[in-house]
Parts: sequence; structure tokens; C-alpha cells
Amino acid sequence: MNAQSSPASGRLSFSLGGVLAGFRACVPVSLGVAVYGVLFGLLARQKGLSWLEAQSMSLFVFAGASQLIALDLWGPDLPVVSLIATTFIVNLRHVLMGAALSPQLLRLGAAQAFGSLFFMTDESWALALGRWADDSRRGRASDAAFLLGAGLAVYTFWNASTALGHVLVRGLDDPARYGLDFAFTAVFTALLVGLRPRRADVLPLLAATGAALLVLRFCPGKWYILAGALAGGLTAAVGPPAQAEEQRP
Amino acid sequence: MTPLATSLLTICGMAVATYISRAAGLMLMSRVTPGVRMRRFMHAIPGAILASIVAPSALAAGPAEAVATLATALTAWRFGNLPLAMLAGVAVVLGLRQFVG
Repeated sequence: MNAQSSPASGRLSFSLGGVLAGFRACVPVSLGVAVYGVLFGLLARQKGLSWLEAQSMSLFVFAGASQLIALDLWGPDLPVVSLIATTFIVNLRHVLMGAALSPQLLRLGAAQAFGSLFFMTDESWALALGRWADDSRRGRASDAAFLLGAGLAVYTFWNASTALGHVLVRGLDDPARYGLDFAFTAVFTALLVGLRPRRADVLPLLAATGAALLVLRFCPGKWYILAGALAGGLTAAVGPPAQAEEQRP
Repeated sequence: MTPLATSLLTICGMAVATYISRAAGLMLMSRVTPGVRMRRFMHAIPGAILASIVAPSALAAGPAEAVATLATALTAWRFGNLPLAMLAGVAVVLGLRQFVG
């Protein structure tokens, strides 16, 4: 690993301290994730998946939404191609998420960057994004291992809770009863506020919100996220220049 | 193929598809040097994704969720503390759901 300190365009540090900071920051969110991990394990058992199958999915696919959708398609005559295609489509938003983190990830070694990306989820992505935006606002050097640490927290809780749900738990079939379904909305709302949007960001945000709501009405699944992201990005691209444009590295 | 082999291979395929989606963004960005419009596009993506994730539950789920989203945003704005904002949102939604659907 490169131990030299990093000027603006050089390597970023990637330390154990960064991993631990990311992990710690992500534990509260991961508890919310675990509720859905238990639900996944439970539903997988009901669908007839063995523990080995359910756990392999959580260990190697590690993507909550597509795993839950896969359960819906799962059956005795396995629709192999549509399962894989659906998984890819549900996860297309990751392409834009990974690209959004590229200013930091491009300043890492390939193994560090592409290894970290295996563990990238909506939650760890948003936390790392917020952390690194905060770093650059304060003129503080970022530790790029934060993304990996946050991802590992989600990974640990997701897998432990999958096992728990498959083997042990009965009856936690409705997280909404405890308001836990709202935990994710709350987390992402707080992270959005933490980005401190400027006036130039308002129009893209409105476009994103509008497109997401529109697509939500007509398409099932997670298409609304991709649609909103593209609408927001395109609005910004064709709109007047934002004065903050040069501030993010 | 035995059913178990088929399902494990399918899971393998799902894993590869997911990893490609996670790695593709960085691979693209390492090959392209973005111009002005591309930079504006990328600059807007994070907020746009967060807004899109939040929109259905904040604006299309009902009054309890809308008010709770507002409470979360205000708490986050005032205290800048993520767990606290999360707790505030869940508490408000849980409380309000007693009264409104």
C-alpha cells in the first residue's frame, strides 16, 4: 500500500482507521438493514430456499432489493436468465453511484478501489459520499477506506441477519408495524440535507423528485431511482452553470 | 444438473451481474475525461439519487410519512447527527400512524 501523504491529485490514504470510522458510522444504519435481512431469510425459507442458498445469495450477491425480488421469481423451475437479467437491471443505479465516487476511488490502487466497490450499497455509498463532501468542505484529507468500512458494516449485519431469519426468527413479517420501514427514508433524507444543496442544485433535485414519482406510478421495482438520477443529472447538464461546479474535486 | 447446482450457478450469475453494476461506473470514469456538461451531470447525481430514493416514501406514502420526513430533515439540519435524525423520523412516523392511516 502507498504510505505517502496525498496532495490533491495523488493517492488518498486507505487506512485501518478509515475502515473503522466507516464501520462505526454505518452501524446505526446497518441495524435497519438487519431488519430486512431477517425478513429476507424468513421469506427465503418460506420460498423453499435452503440455508446454503439464501446465505450464498447474501454473501455473494449482497444486494437487498434484488435478493428480495429474486425470491419473488424463485420457483421449482428456475427462470435462470430472467433472474440474472432482473438482478442486473435492479442494480443499474450502482453504475451512477460508482461513477459519483470516482473522484476519490480513482486516487486508489485498483485492488483497493474495485475491492471496496464489491461492498458498496445504497447506505454505505451515501454515508461515504456525505463524509467525503464534508471532508472537502473542511479542507480535511479524506480516508478512502471509509467506503469499505461502511460497506463491511452493512455486509456483516446483512449476512448475520439472513442467517438469523432463515434459522430462527418467526413472525417479524411486517417491519412497518414498528416504523422501521421509515428508517431508510430518514437516513437518506438526513444525508441529502447533509449535502447542503445550493440554489443551483434546486432545479435538478426537483426534476429528480418529479421523475422518480412519475416512474414510480407506472413501473414496478427500482426504476424510479435510475429515472430520478438521470433526470436530475440531465437537468444540471443542460441548465445554467452552477457556481459550486469547480469545488468538488 | 442437480437442482442445487442450478440454483447455486444462478446465484453465481446474479453475483456477477451485481458486481458488474458496482464496478462499471468507476471503469467508465477511469477511461473518460469528463467535459463541462458531463461534470455538471456527475455533480448532480448524488443529490438526485438521494432525492429519488426518498421521494416515494416522503411524498407519495401519506401525511404521516411526509411530516416525518420534514421532521427528519429539520433534525438533520439543526444537529447534523445521523442516528438522531433517524430516531426522530422513526419516532414521528410511529406516533403519527396511530392517528392517520
